[in-house]
Amino acid sequence: MLAVAFIAFSMFSFVGDPVTNMLPQDATLEQRTALQERLGLNESLPVQFGKFVTNAVQGNFGISYRNQRLVSDLIAERFPATMELVFAAVVMSLVIGIPMGVYTALKRDSWLSHLLQALSLTGISVPTFVTGILLILVFSVWLNWLPSFGRGEVVELGWWSTGLLTVSGIKAMIMPVITLSLFQITLIMRLVRAEMLEVLKTDYIRFARARGLTNRVVNFSHALRNTLMPVITITGLQIGALIAFAIITETVFQWPGMGLLFMQAVSFVDIPVMSAYLVMVSLIFVVINTIVDMLYFVVDPRLRVDTGQNKAGA
Amino acid sequence: MNSETQRLNSGWHRFIDSDLLYSFRRSPVTIVASVVVFTLILAALLAPWIAPHDPFDVSTLSLLNSELPPAWVEGGDATFLLGTDGQGRDVLSAMLYGARISILVGLSSVAFAMVLGVCLGLLAAYVGGAVDATIMRIADIMISFPPILVALLINGVARGILPPEMQHDAVIFVLILAIGLTTWVQYARTVRGSTMVEKNREYVLAARVIGLRSRTIMAKHILPNVIGPILVVATVNLAIAILIEAALSFLGVGMPPTEPSLGTLIRIGNEFLFSGVWWVVIFPSIVLVLLVLSVNLLGDWLRDALNPKLR
Amino acid sequence: MTAQEATPPVLDIRDLHIEFDTRRGVLKAIDGVSMQIAPGEILGVVGESGAGKSLTGTAITGLLEKPGRISTGEIRLEGKRIDNLSQEQMRRLRGREIGAIFQDPLTSLNPLYTIGHQLVETIRTHLPMSMKEARQHAIRMLEEVGLPAPETRIDQYPHQFSGGMRQRVVIALALCVEPRLVIADEPTTALDVSVQAQIIAVLKRLCREKGTAVMLVTHDMGVIAEAADRVAVMYAGRLVEVGPVADVVKQAKHPYTRGLMNSIPTILNDVDRLEQIEGSMPRLAAIPDGCAFNPRCPHVLSRCRTERPDLIAVENSEAACWLVENPVIHERHTPATPTTGPVADHCRGANA
Repeated sequence: MLAVAFIAFSMFSFVGDPVTNMLPQDATLEQRTALQERLGLNESLPVQFGKFVTNAVQGNFGISYRNQRLVSDLIAERFPATMELVFAAVVMSLVIGIPMGVYTALKRDSWLSHLLQALSLTGISVPTFVTGILLILVFSVWLNWLPSFGRGEVVELGWWSTGLLTVSGIKAMIMPVITLSLFQITLIMRLVRAEMLEVLKTDYIRFARARGLTNRVVNFSHALRNTLMPVITITGLQIGALIAFAIITETVFQWPGMGLLFMQAVSFVDIPVMSAYLVMVSLIFVVINTIVDMLYFVVDPRLRVDTGQNKAGA
Repeated sequence: MNSETQRLNSGWHRFIDSDLLYSFRRSPVTIVASVVVFTLILAALLAPWIAPHDPFDVSTLSLLNSELPPAWVEGGDATFLLGTDGQGRDVLSAMLYGARISILVGLSSVAFAMVLGVCLGLLAAYVGGAVDATIMRIADIMISFPPILVALLINGVARGILPPEMQHDAVIFVLILAIGLTTWVQYARTVRGSTMVEKNREYVLAARVIGLRSRTIMAKHILPNVIGPILVVATVNLAIAILIEAALSFLGVGMPPTEPSLGTLIRIGNEFLFSGVWWVVIFPSIVLVLLVLSVNLLGDWLRDALNPKLR
Repeated sequence: MTAQEATPPVLDIRDLHIEFDTRRGVLKAIDGVSMQIAPGEILGVVGESGAGKSLTGTAITGLLEKPGRISTGEIRLEGKRIDNLSQEQMRRLRGREIGAIFQDPLTSLNPLYTIGHQLVETIRTHLPMSMKEARQHAIRMLEEVGLPAPETRIDQYPHQFSGGMRQRVVIALALCVEPRLVIADEPTTALDVSVQAQIIAVLKRLCREKGTAVMLVTHDMGVIAEAADRVAVMYAGRLVEVGPVADVVKQAKHPYTRGLMNSIPTILNDVDRLEQIEGSMPRLAAIPDGCAFNPRCPHVLSRCRTERPDLIAVENSEAACWLVENPVIHERHTPATPTTGPVADHCRGANA
């Protein structure tokens, strides 16, 4: 986290002079100093960094250079949109990717496996924005079935705005979610396949077969459960990656999330927004890592050393 | 000098011996993929000679020719095989030039990342201690962030530092720098891992005993042994590099429209999408996907061929 | 012939060949092996790594994996052929009729399930029992293999057991539905020496009680001497000698077996230096003509380089060695007529 804070801050100090970008060409010197003072740019670097960290801890990232609003407000506004997109994509990639991975691992030589394998490589090779553009072309431009931008109607639930409760909101979500999850599906599939092939070679699977257990029990109750352990970790990491990929997806579909905010910030060199986004993303990373660790604890009995509360096998 | 060529030769021989040719001939997909890659590279290299039009020569452009569909569609013009964009540029020609830039940026950033990664990896493994810890710590941080994000940041910072008047000329170098700095970690890790193993082998110790300098030892003795894994990483990363470049250009922070890469072309095409002008966006997309897919296939095959155990 | 016997042997392997199709040609991993095991009998199978011991066991359980395949030969379980059964039929036999014990107890159990879960699922796969009955049965099995406090330990996970205890659990799993045959593949190799004897004793006691036939695959002659009734010695995918354990250990007929026995350290043999067999076993792709052992054999004849010897009965044993037929070093040689007793009936050469 501190590393991120440092990077975010370095951007503050190295990247040009935001004042130039914000004021009209013919601004007077007084206007410049006034603005510099307001943004706190007239103080020494260590002082600026210290302020940055204390403010960031309190959730205060300053004021956006571009539209003069509190960065924390901007982020809070955009946060639900990105999160809904990302979690829908995660759910979809797990729900589709895991069965596909299991199938290709178990039926290694069937034609469908070969097809899925080939498709998965294609999936990795097609950039997110190309997927998005193709979807828009087919479903919005040619067929006119789905909206090509925005979130549709959203419902406010306290500070959280959701698109999941309206028809137009869900329709608006379909294409972005497919776009975002396509790459993840192939990734999860390849991971599950590789892990499962590895697990199927282990002694306890051979022993389970030697005990005459049915294929269904061996494959699903034994092999799959052991396979999913590393999948949990990778999925956790991938949520972080998805947030980054969401930048592209949100740009293609003009989805009003943090990624779009970030891209707009990049093109205006709006440093407070950029650094807030960074800090936000790494915060999500940390949270996810913690959740992953906790999940491991639930799934793997070896981590619950002799608590004596283990569930009975029968 | 002689001994060095011999070493490299023996490395090369082992390389060929490792069932490489056999598995190449056995895999028709790989053959097709390599044909595609080399055709695209060749076409891109020869773009100035084989492109039917010069998309950057403003004098030949005519708005009368704008948004023409591909030749085989009604209203198409045979001189513009794949149609034209909003400014009357020939899509095919623009694509050839675009692929040229994409491949150039891809290869250069891979080369840059490889040199950087290999040097840092060797350094980390060979010097050890605080140097090792620092380098690998940075590598850990880098790898925990999605590459697109890192590339975006480095790209953004570099643009911020550069004075505006230089930005246009430097943009290609900024891209190469950003992508290279994003992708060096894997090389460094691979090299460090192998070097750690090789470092304590007798022949390296022997080289030390006879008083060779560490730099010589690293270059002559350790490097040839890690060339296989590095090649695999490089191939896979070429696909990644091309993708990152395309993504950055698509987002509007990569190559400018005056000097478009495939990603820029797709960005331009995206603006025409709603008027039903699909060809401007589709054809560059197809080329991009074909290129990346073929490189990925080569990488997959290379990995399998060099590590029979993984199959 | 064997058909004359009233009760068929539990396991009857006839002229088994296992081949691996590789791109450099077909490798013969098992080349004409025949062996039989009577009810309640423990047959030790010994040999160096790669001699084909474990592979034979794997083939019996029907778990041979591609590119390996049985090219010719038969495997019979209590008289019925099992090498040509469908996957599903074979699965029903596994665990029910044929139990298996693997080398490493640390990796044989699924770490994510309690041992009770693994026992109960095995029992309920093969026997029509309720959860409760199966659990009672599982506890009884754990008691039989000598696991202390089975009522509480049944709900523990594998990592909470020591290596020896885990192997007891594995034995309980292999024997819980009382199979006719148990394939024990190096059951003690991964264990501490002090635990090895206990595990062998448990295995031996249970098989005697239940009349289970055991194929005990190991390279540890100490284990063989302690547990086995008869011994089969394998070399490069072939059977070189079969006989009662006392004969094979003390009066080995085949030079390879003798070499093997001489390389075992014992306290009684007060020698300064252990003998060793020169050279190493040939790779499967480079098995010499004639007797596979001929390049390393101290008594090699010219015939050994061209003609492959079949198992030839000698005294109580059988050995695949020309020396047995032309006794250069065996003064006490008896003619190769079938002797009485189970040995000659149970063990027959490939082309006898």
